[in-house]
Amino acid sequence: MGNLRTATLVLGCSVLLARASFGDAPSASQQEMRSLDEQVQEIKSDVLGIAADLTRLEEKLLYPSNTQISVFVSIASGETFRLDAMRIDVDGKLATHFIYGFKELDALQHGGVQRIFTGNVPTGAHEIAVSVNGKTQLDKVFSHSETFAFSKGIEPKLLGVTLTGPESIQLGDW
Amino acid sequence: MRARKTLIGVVVLCLGALSLVGSASGRGSRDKALHDLYFGEALYYARQGHFFDALERLDAELGQHRALDEPELDSLYYHLHDAEFSVGDFELNYRMHHRAGHAITAVLEGAVDEQVRNDAAYRLARIHFQKDQLEDALAALERIQGKIPEGIRDDIEFLRANVFLGLGRNDDAVKVLKRLQGAASVKGFAAYNLGIALLEAGHEQEAFEQLDRAGQVAGGGEPVLAIRDKSNLVLGRLLVDSGRPDAAKRFFDRVRLDGPFSNAALLASGWAAASANDYERAVVPWGILAARESTDGAVQEAKLAVPFAYGKLEVYGRAAVNYASALDAFGGELKKVDASIASIRDGKFLKALAREEIKQNPDWVIQLRSLPESPETYYLTELAASNDFQTAVQNYLDLEDLRRKLASWDVDFDSFDDMIGLRRSYYEPLLPGVDHDFRDLDSRMRLRIEQDKLLEQRLRGLLVAPRPDFLATADERLASEQLAALDGALAGASGQQADVLRERIRRLQGVINFVLRTEYDDRLNKFNRHLAELSAAIDVLNARYESFVRTRQAAVHSYEGYDTPIARLRTHVSGSLAKVNQLLARQGHIIELVAIDVLTARRERLAEYQDQARYALADSYDRATKSRVEGKTAALAPSGRPE
Repeated sequence: MGNLRTATLVLGCSVLLARASFGDAPSASQQEMRSLDEQVQEIKSDVLGIAADLTRLEEKLLYPSNTQISVFVSIASGETFRLDAMRIDVDGKLATHFIYGFKELDALQHGGVQRIFTGNVPTGAHEIAVSVNGKTQLDKVFSHSETFAFSKGIEPKLLGVTLTGPESIQLGDW
Repeated sequence: MRARKTLIGVVVLCLGALSLVGSASGRGSRDKALHDLYFGEALYYARQGHFFDALERLDAELGQHRALDEPELDSLYYHLHDAEFSVGDFELNYRMHHRAGHAITAVLEGAVDEQVRNDAAYRLARIHFQKDQLEDALAALERIQGKIPEGIRDDIEFLRANVFLGLGRNDDAVKVLKRLQGAASVKGFAAYNLGIALLEAGHEQEAFEQLDRAGQVAGGGEPVLAIRDKSNLVLGRLLVDSGRPDAAKRFFDRVRLDGPFSNAALLASGWAAASANDYERAVVPWGILAARESTDGAVQEAKLAVPFAYGKLEVYGRAAVNYASALDAFGGELKKVDASIASIRDGKFLKALAREEIKQNPDWVIQLRSLPESPETYYLTELAASNDFQTAVQNYLDLEDLRRKLASWDVDFDSFDDMIGLRRSYYEPLLPGVDHDFRDLDSRMRLRIEQDKLLEQRLRGLLVAPRPDFLATADERLASEQLAALDGALAGASGQQADVLRERIRRLQGVINFVLRTEYDDRLNKFNRHLAELSAAIDVLNARYESFVRTRQAAVHSYEGYDTPIARLRTHVSGSLAKVNQLLARQGHIIELVAIDVLTARRERLAEYQDQARYALADSYDRATKSRVEGKTAALAPSGRPE
């Protein structure tokens, strides 16, 4: 909320400054900028619509629901360890690996959930192995792996990997 | 230099703060368990400032949720208020004010809790205020009634005061701002704005006293220190304008030497002393200022003001030296400005703006300087601080981002076509054979399934009315049939032998009946067990059958039915790409035009300074020479004092 306030404070001042410097009648370039701003908002809306259609098409084409599997990663509330990398193996084969930067880690630590992998597996019993590397709050390097069994039905499979500590991984079925 | 960076820092704070709004959008998302992974994914992107991706995911999730017959069973239901708020926030951060306004209005008009509605009304008011729609902002603020969330109470009042100020309702602004003076969250800003409101309302003396108080606000971070400096600078200038330059000095002295208003304060301090004819005192702040980064307008003015003061003090030689130095400096600056204008005309400014390392840096104006072949941006800092220019640059960057996305999608369609073609060429020759085999298997399967159903019906019948003959083995059934045939053959025969044979037939049939009846329960159990086993096998068969049908359908669906949506999307993408390219060119052109206008204005000012310096230099040389001659003449005069 503090951030909202700061934005308002500064905006408040900038409007006052703008009124002082530009007066009430906006210049031609200002008018042009504002008119363009309206058009930019419209095209953003159009492109968002295209992106949504394209996502649906990609999902249907590349990850049909009867074989689709998605793995989501989150960090439990209050955990402040540094996650450096994660590797996901499905049925003994590398599915994906990810190296975390500051922004990604910060987003995870603030309630964000990362979709780390989307792929295809046939219906039936499977195994997922999750490996993590990083540093604890006390600057101690850690590396940890856990393997879980899961079953894939005909509907899309959503698996939630929650890191509840540097060396504790939980798998949730969604 | 340091002061200039600080100035940029304050301006950038506005953008930075806005981009953080999104992070606040998942209000309380950390405090309650996450039920919807896709909402979490939207928050993940928003927190990193990737609002396009965040919006795309959240729009899709909300769309799906709204299309449900029983939305209360959906996982997003738990986060619905947060999600609806977040959409507005993300749109606001992605500079889609129209959609943000609609999203927040929808929350406002929904059946929501009083606090949530008031929060939404505040956000809506803020959007209108940003767009300079002050009447609408006020109308939104007036919808706030009842319980207000603690964290935004002062923000609402501060916004209300700013709206009043914008509308010229200065007395109303004064009333609101007076109530806000104790609020820690708007410390410094409320004090300064109250001073301005009092001034605008015509209460000059009260305004001076208030700005004096605002100029002494203790504590706070850089924004508070900056607004404190601004209060002192404004008060000092007001005192100079009202003919009290001596009183102004202490306020200019309060402004920090390394703050964003330092240059302006030093210049004004010098002019305050000069207007009191105290040029010895004026030379001190001007001297400090003249040694600073020479691209700043105040510094350039100081470069002329210092020799002007020396001239007034009749130190003409020193004045001439300083004018000569100013002349050199202005010449150098003119070259820089000309090079900047040429660089912008060559399109290098826009190219530099679109570079990834620049886009990710909120201090892009500073960062741009370090890049080779990019224009001098010192002269663009003031321009960069204006709201419209910032929006224009951000729009340009957003358009560039959209262009990249659309161009990449355009290429993706070719990959999709290839993929679909490969699937078609693989499956189409296979499917007729598979379908033929399947039809054969299908008829056999259906027969077995019918048999299973018949047996099950028979079992149910046996449970109601026992029929031991139904459970006879094949041998028993054959033997019974033979016995019946033999009995039939004896029909009409008479005699003792025939009777003996009939008796034997009845006995043998009796044996079979005895076995059938005594073993009936056991056989019924076996029948039941075997039928259960058969049903299990039939279930497996059915599951495989369904799996085959799904796989068969999936095979066809993997290449059929995509032509129309791909063609439609391809048209949309190419249409949007053309539109984006057109907007990008117009947006770029206007940015270049405005930047060149600013640089041209600075160029004209520098040229004017150069002319002034040139004339003043000549004049100072004349005066210095004249003074020297007069000095010598005086020394040579008989009544002159000995050297």
